[in-house]
Amino acid sequence: MHLALTDQILKEVEKPARYIGGEINAIHKELCDAMIRFAMCFPDIYEIGMSHLGAQIIYAMLNEREDVWCERVYSPWTDLHKIMKEQKIPLFALESQDPVKDFDFLGITLQYEMCYTNVLQILDLSGISMFSADRNNDDPVVIGGGPCAYNPEPIADFFDLFYIGEAETGYDALLDLYKTHKMSGKFDRNEFLHEAGKLPGIYAPKFYQTHYGADHTLTSFKPIYEDLPHTIKKAVCMDLNDAPYITKPIVPYLKVTQDRATLEIQRGCIRGCRFCQAGMIYRPVRERDEKKLETLAREMLENSGHEEISLSSLSSSDYSALPELVNYLIEYAGEQRVNISLPSLRIDAFSLDVMRRVQDIRKSSLTFAPEAGSQRMRNVINKGLTQEDILKGAGDAFLGGWTRVKLYFMLGLPTETDEDLLAIPLLCNEIAKLYYELIPKEQRKGRVQIVASSSFFVPKPFTPFQWAAMDKREDFLRKAAFVNHAMHEQLNARSIKYNWHDASVSELEGILARGDRRLSAVLLYAYEHGALFDAWTETFHKEPWDEAFLKTGIDPAYYIHRERSTDEILPWDFIDIGVTREYLMREWEKAQNGVTTPNCRDHCNGCGAAVFGGGICYAH
Amino acid sequence: MRIRMKFSKRGSLKYIGHLDTMRYFQKLMRRAGIPIAYSNGMSPHQIMSFALPLGIGDESVGEYADIELTGSVSSTDALAALAACSAPGIEILSFKALPDDAKNAMSSVEAADYEIGFTNDPDLSAFSTFFAQNEIVVLKKTKKSENMIDIKPFIFQYRVAEDRIFLRLKCGSVNNTKPELVMDAFYQYLGIDFDENLLKIKRLDLLTVNGQDFISLNDIGLEI
Ligand code: SF4
Repeated sequence: MHLALTDQILKEVEKPARYIGGEINAIHKELCDAMIRFAMCFPDIYEIGMSHLGAQIIYAMLNEREDVWCERVYSPWTDLHKIMKEQKIPLFALESQDPVKDFDFLGITLQYEMCYTNVLQILDLSGISMFSADRNNDDPVVIGGGPCAYNPEPIADFFDLFYIGEAETGYDALLDLYKTHKMSGKFDRNEFLHEAGKLPGIYAPKFYQTHYGADHTLTSFKPIYEDLPHTIKKAVCMDLNDAPYITKPIVPYLKVTQDRATLEIQRGCIRGCRFCQAGMIYRPVRERDEKKLETLAREMLENSGHEEISLSSLSSSDYSALPELVNYLIEYAGEQRVNISLPSLRIDAFSLDVMRRVQDIRKSSLTFAPEAGSQRMRNVINKGLTQEDILKGAGDAFLGGWTRVKLYFMLGLPTETDEDLLAIPLLCNEIAKLYYELIPKEQRKGRVQIVASSSFFVPKPFTPFQWAAMDKREDFLRKAAFVNHAMHEQLNARSIKYNWHDASVSELEGILARGDRRLSAVLLYAYEHGALFDAWTETFHKEPWDEAFLKTGIDPAYYIHRERSTDEILPWDFIDIGVTREYLMREWEKAQNGVTTPNCRDHCNGCGAAVFGGGICYAH
Repeated sequence: MRIRMKFSKRGSLKYIGHLDTMRYFQKLMRRAGIPIAYSNGMSPHQIMSFALPLGIGDESVGEYADIELTGSVSSTDALAALAACSAPGIEILSFKALPDDAKNAMSSVEAADYEIGFTNDPDLSAFSTFFAQNEIVVLKKTKKSENMIDIKPFIFQYRVAEDRIFLRLKCGSVNNTKPELVMDAFYQYLGIDFDENLLKIKRLDLLTVNGQDFISLNDIGLEI
């Protein structure tokens, strides 16, 4: 097979298998004039991108169409990046190894804000103009999607279109429209984008105008053409049983982050944690039929040869047919020698029993995500997990033979006090203490190992905390140091390990998450001055970003350290996720008073997502 | 029953490293439904071992992996099932049952045949005078140490064709001699800079010793 890179280059770079394609189940098609070529890009390295479920679903879905050939594109690692820049080698798609520039579409999935400079790298290496405004008829249509498309504004200038919502429902209409325009023989980019902008879930940013007031906040946001919508309603796939799914997963040669088959059991989450964007944007909860999942599991495993299958959802314990599904998988796995991985299970009697059956408990650890140390703080964030729950779960697990516990927390949550922070080490100590109380000395195999990690809270659009001020870097670091110090003061300090990260990345993430169009200048500057792979600790450098803010005269504090008033127009207000602004305001109010909200299964709180006409909202 | 598979690894698949090749085979066995045996214990794995790692970027038409079966399958059926779910570039060339007393591929391999091509046209006619030296001393680096050693005894055979060199080299657990090492020494002898990325290495076969002779690892088993 012909490769885009020479032997010389492939022998020089780290992990050349990232760039050769040709994996089992990768899709190859015969090219013809009518074929729409779609380059589906995950803007990070191959091993990360190949692990992403959503991108695999879109790949399978688009390739089901005979008139579309969807191929994959990932970010070249820094070593190859340098070579491609120096030797002016255009970025290529893995399957055909053809330049991305020759494609009809370049679709980029936006999973985290820290990939934005990688997006610019993709455009740059492809030889596509950075700004939508500068592109011509020969350039691919650059379309973004994924969770970050729920506030596309900081990168709006770089994209021609955004797909807002779940890909399963709207791509056919977009591709059909493109085909009509392309086959007409007089393709006009702007005309096509204008028409596309009228399709459900599609946002064509260049046809929208923003105005800002003296205080820098938005005063208006509206389309420049009358026939374009003022609000874009997210696309939702209401019937997951009918939706396209992967039956022949691509089998990477390299060991990717998720080297396994992934079964998406449901979409959405009933819990309503107030910091969690996924919990709001994927409402309402929709389940896949258990029998359907059994079939999909078998197909995926048989066609890939994977030796592991993992359940995917925001909160697997809430899937109503979990016992049936898990029993089926355990039986099937036993015959086929497949491992089962069950992330995001709440620790309780059922999950402990399941974990005992599927994994070696000596090697596994229990994971709790209380997110906050004190009950008061957990009420503020609506995390329905009590200290009692945690101690009960941990106690049962200790008696069952587990000795390792992982705990996840956030620092910098709204209304947080030092007392709330102090509750984190206290909770860790309680868990350790419980172990030593429950397990007699002679039965212990060394110490209990408690690993607590904290991240810094970043307010996200479409959450009740979208109006909240984010802590400053100094505050974060002070808090982490405070918690660390208090950890060491605990009686069982030697059984506890505490980890936290630097806050610079969180600050940037905070700026970009709730940013507006003015940030595109910052992004471009940062990329042009060396920022790339910002999501990677080893490649993140703060300097180009600091410089970018200085040079563009944009004040980061405006985006992160400021509490918004609830009547401010937010850059993402033009997107309608079903969940209403009023509901988020109500939740914001309740948060400040420490009042909790029941989950969707127990009680409907009227968030607005019932407009989609299905899912949990109609299961009561 | 123990089985020896011979396979090739060509084209772009030469960029798949040794560990990844092993993982590829594990999944291939499952896709093809080969009744492979698993080890006991908490995390069972397939009973499979490879003869000798191949360098990233090197092609081969003579790689070997031994596996153990729990059920029976004919060579023809197994080869057909494997071919149906193999990646182009990795072709299973034979599937043979090993005699009970046969050593596994990894411990029996004694020599490897290589074909070496060049992208920078060095003067290959000098290879015979290079080889005629009393000794060919190179600096051999291992993880732990660096040693000057004479590799001449480990070059069992060579043949220079027009634009390529064929080498039969010692390999296995002791005195394993990589073709790059020989070429490095040759380039030094020629007085030109050596860049192993400019070599095109193809492994032709792996061999074991039978009395006085070298025989291919493929000559040990029998079709079933
Ligand atoms: S409408 Fe009610 S049940 Fe539906 S997602 Fe909102 S709160 Fe949950």
